[in-house]
Amino acid sequence: MTELNKLKIAEARDALRKGEVTSLELTEACLGAIEGSGKLNAFVHNTPDLAREQAKAADARIKAGDAPDMCGIPLGIKDLFCTKGVESQAASNILGGFKPEYESTVSGKLLEAGTVMLGKLNMDEFAMGSSNETSAYGNVVNPWKIDDRDLTPGGSSGGSASAVAADLCLAATGTDTGGSIRQPAAFTGITGIKPTYGRCSRWGVVAFASSLDQAGPMTKDVRDAAIMLEAMCGHDAKDSTSADLAVPNFEAMLTGDIKGKTIGIPKEYHMDGMPAEIEVLWAEGRKLLQDAGAKIVDISLPHTKYALPAYYVIAPAEASSNLARYDGVRYGHRAKLAAGDGINEMYEKTRAEGFGPEVQRRVMIGTYVLSAGFYDAYYNRARKVRTLIKKDFEDVFAAGVDAILTPATPSSAFGLGEMKDADPVQMYLNDVFTVTVNLAGLPGISIPAGLDKSGLPLGLQLIGRPWEEGDLLNTAYALEQSIGFVEKPNKWW
Amino acid sequence: MSIDIATAAKVAKLARIKVEDEALPALAEEFNNILGFIEQLNEVDVEGVDPMVSVTPMRLKRRVDGVTDGDQQDKVLANAPDAREGFFAVPKVVE
Repeated sequence: MTELNKLKIAEARDALRKGEVTSLELTEACLGAIEGSGKLNAFVHNTPDLAREQAKAADARIKAGDAPDMCGIPLGIKDLFCTKGVESQAASNILGGFKPEYESTVSGKLLEAGTVMLGKLNMDEFAMGSSNETSAYGNVVNPWKIDDRDLTPGGSSGGSASAVAADLCLAATGTDTGGSIRQPAAFTGITGIKPTYGRCSRWGVVAFASSLDQAGPMTKDVRDAAIMLEAMCGHDAKDSTSADLAVPNFEAMLTGDIKGKTIGIPKEYHMDGMPAEIEVLWAEGRKLLQDAGAKIVDISLPHTKYALPAYYVIAPAEASSNLARYDGVRYGHRAKLAAGDGINEMYEKTRAEGFGPEVQRRVMIGTYVLSAGFYDAYYNRARKVRTLIKKDFEDVFAAGVDAILTPATPSSAFGLGEMKDADPVQMYLNDVFTVTVNLAGLPGISIPAGLDKSGLPLGLQLIGRPWEEGDLLNTAYALEQSIGFVEKPNKWW
Repeated sequence: MSIDIATAAKVAKLARIKVEDEALPALAEEFNNILGFIEQLNEVDVEGVDPMVSVTPMRLKRRVDGVTDGDQQDKVLANAPDAREGFFAVPKVVE
């Protein structure tokens, strides 16, 4: 058997049931891999004792029979998820030392299913970023390397992506507000799915932009994504936007048969300045789906261009409201006060010290677009454009399209620090292909599709109809089988 | 629309984030770059379009208006930077 930390969820599940391996052995292999991975800076709070305890409990449960599929699987959990008694900081200094007294619904469901938590994973501060360079814990490094530069794993779920790609865990949780699961998955050669808005409960996940945030799995292949997503989904009375719908057995829907499915190719996703390799990869994806029996149609999503500007009104507006709770009173950091400082100085100094520059920028932009006199011009206009973006998708689905194929990102991973002097807007363009999906509340999946000529992974994105993650996963599975991507980063860390 | 230094200072104040005076010009410039990007939205014809309220058509669930939680003062206060005698402590609010 290969090194145990390199196993996929499905392989480990089957080996656990045959008694070929124990959860404790899997867990030890991952803990060993994590120990040697300091240069990647992916895991930031390690919980080895807790992990061993959970692994022993999982082994007992598997032995007793009738354990769920995810039982005994060692996972990394993004720091955005509140985990009871374990640091949960959203990679921000303002939540320094915060240990929740409760468990988020999604991480709680995973624990109930018998998974093992290896520790908490690095990310961009409050999930605001596309390169994992805004974290209070420092940058995460991509395990893929082509020269002496350290590359970004993408963001905001950069720690999750790096950890899965480097086989530090079997899979990890991520969250996606504008592309934060799919963009890092593409940059690191792994699979990541953002389900339909409302599929996963947001309760206990530190809020960024509540109308856009969704949790999802980041895994080594599509089958694993199907298995883990099922364990994360489901109605939760504690999240009023959580959907009261049955969760299907997603794995059972992976037949690989997509004959007769209609796949749309949106012309607006041909971007000026996009590398030719991405165009080629996209065209290959189109051909592979056609060869697998799908009908390919060219479609138009006319408001695509306006998705990023609309996002950069709506997400900061919601963030400015959500992040008002960090006031130095109830949890986390409080600034040292000077003699005579009152409560307003306490708020202002605490928030200036606790939030990093990108978070401060977005909170203030959000404050501005919601302020008296600008609310209609910016916020309401952005919400109207959001209605039009969603309608673009509704129109193509009504015309019979089952899924939409696009590139996942406009480039491969870039060097850490290379965007340091760029305008923040340049960084925002990373999410140009993913952000439409959040605005429309749809499920989207990124799968690895090949390497560029420098040897870095590139991803393709499939976008599905609302609540049809099973069908979307099956289309992604068919494409994955045709592509046959097996490359892994060479260990240098 | 252009943001001047006074507006940047006002926004920082509204957001309750202390920004030193010497940092305000750079902040105003950043705001202007981002707002310039956002202003592309003015090209879109939104006449008669409703602003999105909910991305998935769902009715919020109703529940009985009853107490379902409580009696965990120690847990609520466990992470407070300053808690005394069962309360959050803050600097003096009223003279």
